[in-house]
This record gives sequence, C-alpha cells and structure tokens, in this order.
Amino acid sequence: MSLPLVLFFIVAFTTGLSALAVVFSRNIVRAAVWLLFTLIGVSLTYFLLGAEFLGASQLIIYVGGTLVLVVFGVMLTAQGPFLQLKTRIAEWVIGGVLAVALFALLVKTSLELGKSAATTPTDPKNVTVGVLGSAFLNIKEASPAAPMTGYPAGQEAPPRTRMGYLLPFEIVSVHLLVVLIGAAYLARAKKRMPSPPAKGATP
Amino acid sequence: MTELTLTHFLILGAFLFTCGVLCIATKRNAIGILMGVELVLNAANVNFVALARFSPTFQLEGQIFALMVIVLAAGEAAVALAIILNFYNNHSTVDVDKAEDLKG
Repeated sequence: MSLPLVLFFIVAFTTGLSALAVVFSRNIVRAAVWLLFTLIGVSLTYFLLGAEFLGASQLIIYVGGTLVLVVFGVMLTAQGPFLQLKTRIAEWVIGGVLAVALFALLVKTSLELGKSAATTPTDPKNVTVGVLGSAFLNIKEASPAAPMTGYPAGQEAPPRTRMGYLLPFEIVSVHLLVVLIGAAYLARAKKRMPSPPAKGATP
Repeated sequence: MTELTLTHFLILGAFLFTCGVLCIATKRNAIGILMGVELVLNAANVNFVALARFSPTFQLEGQIFALMVIVLAAGEAAVALAIILNFYNNHSTVDVDKAEDLKG
C-alpha cells in the first residue's frame, strides 16, 4: 500500500459516502451540505491527480459559487426551512435496482478499460497553469527557452500543428454571458400570478 | 493492486455517476434533481482528469475540457435555479410531480 493509494482510499471513501448521503437525505438543506462535502472530495481527487489548478477552480467555482446559488435556491423556495417531499417506496426500489445494475455495468467497463489502456501515469509537471493558460491562447508547447516560437530551443516544430483552445474559450465566455442575462431575466422580481398584471407590463 | 491506477478513479467516477442518476430519478424536489445533475457532471470531470493523468495523448485536453465543464455547470445551475424560482413564483411549490401543466 503506497501513500497515494491510502490517500485515495480516504478521499474516495469520504466522497462516495457524501454522495450517498446526498441521495438518501430527505431534508434538502442536509443534502446541500452533503453535496458540499462531495464537491470538496472531488477537488481533493483532482489534487491527487496532479491537477492543482483544476482543484482550486473546483473549490472556487463549485463550492464558492454554484453551491451558494443552490443554497439560496433552497432558501427562496422552501415553505419552511426544512421542506420534505416523500418519495414512494416503489420508486426507491425500482431506482435502486436500476442504479445497482448501472453501477455494475460501469465497473465492468472500467475494469476492462483499466486493463487495456496505458496506465503509466504521465508527469503532472507537463501540465502547469502556464501551459493551460497558453493553450487557451492558441499557444502550445511553449517553454521559457523559446517563448516566441512556441517550441523549445533547438527543437523542430512537430509536423502536426496542434490547435489551441481560443475559440472554445470565447464560445464558453459568450455562453456564460448569455446564460447570466437569461437567468436574470427569468428570475427577475415580479408580482405573483393571482394579482392582475400591471398597466403596460409585459406578460 | 498496490499502486494507484486508472481503474480506481474510473470506479470512483462510476460511483458518483450512479449516485447522481439515482438522485435525479428519486428526488421530488426540483433543487434535489439539480444536485443530482451536479453529481453527474462531477463524475464526468473525475473521468476527464483521470484520463488526462494516465493517458499521454490527452494530458492537456482532459484538464481543459474539465475546466469548460465546470464553467458550463455554473451557467447551467444559474439557469435551472432561475427556472425553478419562476416555477415557484407561479405554483408555490418545487415538487416536480406538480409540474404537469408544463406540457405546453
């Protein structure tokens, strides 16, 4: 048992347990808290995989942003602070059987994939924040030795010119802008349905 | 199995995915369903990053795609919560079984 394996088992056990608790907690506020632990566990998994920037992004965006949004949604929609909606037993049984079957299938596929794929871990030093940021700006294989050409000094350009990710980056940013405007429009404060619409108000 | 391999992370991803699907299937609260979607997206992200670590060809691509998934998940959560709030304004409930009149 190597140290990474022990750490992985601790993190994976905590993450899996929190994910199960999200599913099985009746109380939506408690489910949100368990989701917090699951997201933190996933970010620790990223750290174990050598993706530090991604783990930090996960903590900032998911835990700091998305989860706060979800908690505000819970607070704005609950009639009482501890809203409970019961699920019928039959739904639990059907859902549980299907989920176990799905999990078995996925584990079988994972075992086969793990056997067939190359499982030699690559050096995480190859993907630093600088490399990630350069890839978003259409610069790849950049190194401090030759910052202008994009290739290390004394090395030929590879025959296959690899594309960067400037276009997806722009698409994602415009998408985020559109989404936020749309969300603000949808969730804008307005009168409840029973009251008659105000004069000149859009339906 | 004394070393940390790709299989471990794939199984963790599979477990998170199954939990998310079960969450989507069984919750009646619309926000609970949203949490299930977050679990599914995180499971996909774990697989992306694990393959980025263990497969030399996807070293950069896996992490970049995971970053995009994180950003898109934030946008998805914002829109879904806006829709849920709008539904709550009109129906005074977040029970998805009560949303039958959304058939169009």
